[in-house]
Amino acid sequence: MATLNLRKLVKTYGKVEVLHGIDLDVADGEFVVFVGPSGCGKSTTLRMIAGLEEVTGGEIHIGDRLVNNLEPKDRDIAMVFQNYAIYPHMSVRKNIGFGLRTSKLSKEDKDRRIDEVAAILGMTDLLERRPNQLSGGQRQRVAIGRAMVRDPAVFLFDEPLSNLDAQLRTQMRLEIKKLHQRVGNTIIFVTHDQVEAMTMADRIVIMKDGYIQQVGTPLEVYHKPANTFVAQFIGAPSMNMLPGTWNGNGVKLGDGLGIELPHRKATEGADVVVGVRPDDLVVTGDKGLFSGKVNIVEPLGADTLVYVGVNGYEVIAKASGREPPKPGETVNLTASAGEMHLFDAKSGEALP
Amino acid sequence: MASQDIAVKASTDALFSGSSRNSRRNMGQFIRWVLLFGGGILMVMPIVFMISTSLKFPFEVYNLNLIPEEPTIENYTYVLEDGRFYGWFINSLVIAILTTVSAVFFDALVGYALCKFKFPGRYLVFIAILSTLMIPTEMLVIPWYLMSKSFGWLDTYWGIMFPGVMTAFGTFLMKQFFETVPDDFLEAARIDGLNEFQIWWQVAMPLVRPALAALAIFVFLGNWTAFIWPLIVTNSAEMYTLPVGLSSFGDEVDVAWELIMTGAAISTLPTLVVFLIFQRFIIRGVVMAGLKG
Repeated sequence: MATLNLRKLVKTYGKVEVLHGIDLDVADGEFVVFVGPSGCGKSTTLRMIAGLEEVTGGEIHIGDRLVNNLEPKDRDIAMVFQNYAIYPHMSVRKNIGFGLRTSKLSKEDKDRRIDEVAAILGMTDLLERRPNQLSGGQRQRVAIGRAMVRDPAVFLFDEPLSNLDAQLRTQMRLEIKKLHQRVGNTIIFVTHDQVEAMTMADRIVIMKDGYIQQVGTPLEVYHKPANTFVAQFIGAPSMNMLPGTWNGNGVKLGDGLGIELPHRKATEGADVVVGVRPDDLVVTGDKGLFSGKVNIVEPLGADTLVYVGVNGYEVIAKASGREPPKPGETVNLTASAGEMHLFDAKSGEALP
Repeated sequence: MASQDIAVKASTDALFSGSSRNSRRNMGQFIRWVLLFGGGILMVMPIVFMISTSLKFPFEVYNLNLIPEEPTIENYTYVLEDGRFYGWFINSLVIAILTTVSAVFFDALVGYALCKFKFPGRYLVFIAILSTLMIPTEMLVIPWYLMSKSFGWLDTYWGIMFPGVMTAFGTFLMKQFFETVPDDFLEAARIDGLNEFQIWWQVAMPLVRPALAALAIFVFLGNWTAFIWPLIVTNSAEMYTLPVGLSSFGDEVDVAWELIMTGAAISTLPTLVVFLIFQRFIIRGVVMAGLKG
């Protein structure tokens, strides 16, 4: 187990800079998830930590060692890849034991270690099988086993669940979380799936275009997004964004519509954006914040998502699952001021 | 009533158009079979004639009958009792095996490097290697001969082998196959502490086993049947390979076809054995590479 520190980490390919000075401190035993859209630099960061990509600038420390110029094998890390990368010509036992090839342990100790890992992963009966005789989930477990057997300071997971079907993904998510609780190693997990990030992480690092947008616990990034990107990236469906002008006590949305936001601060007349999550914007029988015509209805069972046209924009709100409104119907929508977010329209940054 | 007639007509039309479709399909299948049968005959006939001739006496060789009037195994006895035949057989075997091992090893090594390592001039090197495929062997034998003469390789195993210890075709084939090996495998091995040679040998090579088998067969067959270069580079009968040795049967005025065919029939046995052992790899390899040998 070890801490991981990134200092002003920069990566360029030719003249193109893809990481622009990343700073991050990961505590010993912490489960940190890097999340962001394709091309945001999350996998590049992970591969730099692993030693698979050269560091253009900045420093990577694992524990108290600067590892910039160390070979991957000398960094005390193990990595689980998206397509498992388990060797098809080797049995499960040999695959799991592959990471111990260069270890100085005796054969008996290596075998014991493999058996222990297999037992933790529930694969004892599958040790003599070949990968082509395993299901997708079992293969992923072998890949995790191969990483675990080395007992590394830091585990690196590069979108390991992307190739699994939805049900198996949920199951493996749980298993990896349990595994972390059991072994307690530091884990860096890369994904583009914000649900994975929310459900697994101690802390989430949200990235975009080679910059870290926000680092925080899942609840922090959900309830206190640092900017409009984070606000819209985390949470499904995305947060509703309504542009307007600050009028001293609230936001003027145009067409006579306005939202009062006491205790919030912005410059008089400034362009702002009001954000409200679909979960917090509910269809009500009373007079609400605003009303609009229902365009589309998406029943989810317990709730119904309602797409409502408001002031030229389409917002998503939540309605009852039992008696949802019908398309074409006019509905009232409401949300409490405490559940609304205020952002600067130009910079996208959250306003107090 | 009228609607009934229309229905009956429609169903009869459907029946007839169905049967004409069937007969067209049968015709197509028939033509395919005829073509394949013709192709098969073309392939098999030389082998049948080779075996037939090997069972004939010299006076009957120029009769194109398939079944000899007086079949004999005397040619086989003669060839197998001729001490030179074993020498040529061993020469061919040693040369074919050594060249195959060398070509497979180096072609895979170079193919892997060209595929998986990013270095300046990589593309240029690849093109340079590929371009040698366009030069026919007949053009190369003169420089090869001059080289062999300068280095004293004439009439030696190395002299016969050196043009084939690494092949452009094999390098190209292996490079294409290594493209199908995901980098994740190699990176996982790198993290697990293997050096670059171990990664190639222990991880990448087993993953391209079908290609290696296919290449091994191509190279083995090519060297086993090679004629022009071994004929040029060897002087003494002891250094002849099997094809060169067999062609020397007979004298200045007469070619002993029955003996040549007998030797050729015997010499096909090793290739047949190799082919039967590795055929599933060859077929898979050829299919995967989309190339033919």
